[in-house]
Amino acid sequence: MAALARANPIVVLLAGLLVAALLWLIIAPWPPGVTGVMGPKRVFLAAILSGITLGALYFLVASGFTLIFGLMRNVNLAHGSLYLLGGYIGFEVADRTGSWLLAFPVVFIIVAALGVVLQYVVFRRMEGEELRQTLVTIGLSIVIADLLLWIWGGKSYQILTPDFLSGPMDLPLITAVRSDGAAVYLRYPRVRIWILIAAVVVGVAMWLVINRTRIGMLIRAGVDDREMLAASGLPIQLVFVLVFAFGAGLAGVGGIVGGTFQSISPGEDTRFLLASLVVVIVGGMGSIPGAALGALIIGLAEQIGLVYAPTYSVVFTFLIMAAVLAFRPQGLLGARR
Amino acid sequence: MRRSFLAAAAAIALAMPGAALAQETIKIGILVALEGAFSEGGRDGVRGVELALRQVNNTAGGRRIETIVAPTDTRPDTAVRQARKLIEQDGVDFVIGPLSGSEGIAIRDYAKTVPDKTFINGSSGALETTWVDPAPNFFRFHTDGAQWGVGLGQYVVEQKRWRRIATVSADYSFGYTNFLGFAVDFCRAGGDIVRRFWVPLGASDYAGVIAQLPDDVDAIYLGLGGTDAINFLNQYAQAGAQMNFIGGTIMADQTVLTSRGRAKDLLIGTPTSGMISDENPDAAWTAYVAAYRGAFPEGQRFPSPTIFATGYHIATLAAIKALNDVSGDLSGGQRRFQQALATMELDTPLGKIKLDQNRQAIGPVFVNEVTARADGSLFNRMVKRADNVTQTLGLTPEQFRALGLPSRDNPDCARLRAGR
Amino acid sequence: MAVAGEARLPAGSASGGWLARVPPALWVLALLALLMPAFANNFILFQVFGWTFILGMIALSLMFLAGYGGMVSLIQMTVAGLAGYLVAILGPSGTEQVSLGLPWWINIPAAVLIATFFGTLVGALAVRTEGIYTIMITLAIAAAFFYFTRQNYTIFNGYSGFSLVVPPQLFGIDWRQPVAFYYLTLGCALLSYAAVVYVARSPFGLALQGVRDNARRMAALGYNVVWHRILAYGFAAVIASFGGILLVWQNAQIAPGTAGLPAVIDILVIAVVGGLRHPVGPFIGAFIYVLLSSFAPDILQALGLAPDRFKLIVGIGFLAVVYFSPDGVLGLWERAMARRRNRTDPLTGLPR
Repeated sequence: MAALARANPIVVLLAGLLVAALLWLIIAPWPPGVTGVMGPKRVFLAAILSGITLGALYFLVASGFTLIFGLMRNVNLAHGSLYLLGGYIGFEVADRTGSWLLAFPVVFIIVAALGVVLQYVVFRRMEGEELRQTLVTIGLSIVIADLLLWIWGGKSYQILTPDFLSGPMDLPLITAVRSDGAAVYLRYPRVRIWILIAAVVVGVAMWLVINRTRIGMLIRAGVDDREMLAASGLPIQLVFVLVFAFGAGLAGVGGIVGGTFQSISPGEDTRFLLASLVVVIVGGMGSIPGAALGALIIGLAEQIGLVYAPTYSVVFTFLIMAAVLAFRPQGLLGARR
Repeated sequence: MRRSFLAAAAAIALAMPGAALAQETIKIGILVALEGAFSEGGRDGVRGVELALRQVNNTAGGRRIETIVAPTDTRPDTAVRQARKLIEQDGVDFVIGPLSGSEGIAIRDYAKTVPDKTFINGSSGALETTWVDPAPNFFRFHTDGAQWGVGLGQYVVEQKRWRRIATVSADYSFGYTNFLGFAVDFCRAGGDIVRRFWVPLGASDYAGVIAQLPDDVDAIYLGLGGTDAINFLNQYAQAGAQMNFIGGTIMADQTVLTSRGRAKDLLIGTPTSGMISDENPDAAWTAYVAAYRGAFPEGQRFPSPTIFATGYHIATLAAIKALNDVSGDLSGGQRRFQQALATMELDTPLGKIKLDQNRQAIGPVFVNEVTARADGSLFNRMVKRADNVTQTLGLTPEQFRALGLPSRDNPDCARLRAGR
Repeated sequence: MAVAGEARLPAGSASGGWLARVPPALWVLALLALLMPAFANNFILFQVFGWTFILGMIALSLMFLAGYGGMVSLIQMTVAGLAGYLVAILGPSGTEQVSLGLPWWINIPAAVLIATFFGTLVGALAVRTEGIYTIMITLAIAAAFFYFTRQNYTIFNGYSGFSLVVPPQLFGIDWRQPVAFYYLTLGCALLSYAAVVYVARSPFGLALQGVRDNARRMAALGYNVVWHRILAYGFAAVIASFGGILLVWQNAQIAPGTAGLPAVIDILVIAVVGGLRHPVGPFIGAFIYVLLSSFAPDILQALGLAPDRFKLIVGIGFLAVVYFSPDGVLGLWERAMARRRNRTDPLTGLPR
């Protein structure tokens, strides 16, 4: 951090000011002047929170993608298909057993198994051939998308929200003060808060595993220098398979989460593939904190855009990605290679 | 591999124009979306055509009828390409289709280049298709997207007493068109639209929009469709807000009402309007629904026919009647056939339909309320029926033209209310 | 370097022999192409071949960048789409509230110039990245362009786009008549092909291939690596622009979906299936693509399958090609030829 501040004092100063202003906007009750420019505080707060919670979903899906890319240089453009498949299976499990929680292990195992197959059949055979991987996985996603359409049809599926996640809750954030002095708190969907908590837990857990365990050490070694790790006689193929399975399973689980607070339908695969790509590229390929930062930025850009500039809100994320690629190709937190 | 290649070659050879049999059989091309979001609807459209043809034993005007399906992906480029294939390569006599709005506009322009062929619209609902520079050989026997909004505005003002509303609609041409029909009716009945939100297609997270919805209105008009509609309802329930809804046509159509999950239940009690009503008590409609259910096994169809099935079905009925009227005579650039189409009064499952001078249907529009059956499934219960709705929504053509084409800012509600 | 025109030929094929064997086949092909209107119907001329040549041109611009420059750019369809849009915006169209209605000799050059400038600008951004990142940045800009055109009504007329965009009546010929349009697209495709072959053998093209193979060495030799790459984007954008203008004339209309993500991916699929090693590859790929998308429903029907599963067939076919032959159909062909030629003993070099 200190090194960063020395290298780019102006950027860090500006970022600090921006964060301070944002914090003030979130915590302080707004004077009328601010409301006049930006509309009610309730709307602003909701946009910020929605952005963060949407970012949490993006992080769940994209972290697997970034892990796989960081370790193996595998470009898996069928990642969105794994998300969609997870959502559909999750719906079937939750619908038939009535248990939303049971869907998670089932989906994780099935989609992770598919990931293992992908790693063995596709990626191991074309290691280091990025273009070929890209093309083969594009082909796979076309085929999987049509198979899913065949099985589940074109209708939308919304996974039953369990009672403890339904409805809104009051957050300790003041949106306005009534004339009698009572503070009005922000009412916010409970499910979104829980998604945020889940994403934070998953993110921290992944960080701990990578930084504090033996397998994490292997993964980090693999990210830094794959050839050296392979040459040292360690079971690198096993690590590859495990990471791929984990990343794929996470995408499948993301499908359940997405199917619960949004919905699952054909086309969502492309949407989440694009979202994962954008998130991972903005944050830096292969970096878990980068994926978190990227997901946050993209989630916020989408939601703030939808509130304050709805017409072009869908364009912003791609412009952010293009700008990052053009001026910091390794991503905001990616290591230069 | 070799066998499939031979089959393919045979298929191509069979599809070549100028086969000797063409004199006897009539070939109908079905232009329909079978890919992407509309694929289920498209398949239902094909069912609508099949049903009509089965009922006449594949014969009309003394000639046998065969069909060729040309699948599209709802992109206008693809629609034009497939239409060209049907006409030039497969040698069809006329085309039934397309399915979606922007395809319709593209086909209107293509139709002008082949005046000796005839196009009968399937289910595409763009106003411009028959209103702006219409093609003389393009016919639409069902009401358009703007007409589908008629009756609903008056109904919510007079029956529900909802006068102040905000709107959330999809930011594209059908969203504008369907909204226009509702808004003209609503504003002329004395309603007021305080805020309009236009949401880009596929913006699947609506939390930011929901937070902005004003709470000092009587109801919220929702003009979203398909997955967007489900996502909005789901997130609206999560936010715990409770407001009356008014549904645009695609907000409460079969694709939304048959979606899986609880989100759609929020729609129960929502007034909506459209080309059809699921439980229309009219004998013609019940007979049609019974025939639909009888012809296709459950699981391979919708619980009751969609607007896609109905639109394509009516188009086929019109073609059959016109073929009978001219005894199957399609010579002379199909002028007699086209004349028969333009002047007929057609008995349809929806009631009598006739065409105006732009070859656009004047027909009934239904106001429905989303209702739950005992088993929990939802359907559109008919609460009102507006007959003989014209394309100009009851205005004179001059007044309607003065409104301008559907867009984000159209119509001006205050002016319409004052003009009352 | 001597066989630069054929990009990366497999090691097994000797340069002289290959070239010497081509001309007769090429002559037959050329004669066939010229006489096509004598025996093909309007659909085959206008749709099958017209569309093949147009898609081939756009995919050719991708092949030039990928094959000679080592840069897989997904922006080519977007450049084509922009050029098509500009012809509709600047020239006459059925969407009169937006179109300016300028005459053809202004709107066509202006469209090509602006679209080329756009393509070059994107190239200038893209050359800062490499490999998979180039694919991503061009994909991102393509997606941004698609969403922008769908949302913007003042310039791009949003979701509806433009209708009735037709070629000008030049020399008293209606260029949208099947035969005229066939020759128009054939001519443009041949010119683009020749231009690519010529540029690939020019000093610029040779330097570009040097940059592709070893950028650092080329930089050390005094070549400006970045400018060579950006110029390659510019040249490719010119070809794509003409392809885009022909495309909008063929459909007589343009809408956001014309340059949407599926269309962008289709161009990549076409170029790869055809083969990225020789400029004829994209045209082969385009021909296969056009045949499949025109006749796949008929084939399925003949096989007794539902017509709505054709996406699956196309997907599996594409998957098979990229999985088993990274060089596309052309690669398969070359490998088969090489196998026939190389029936010699690997030790002695004598025929077996």
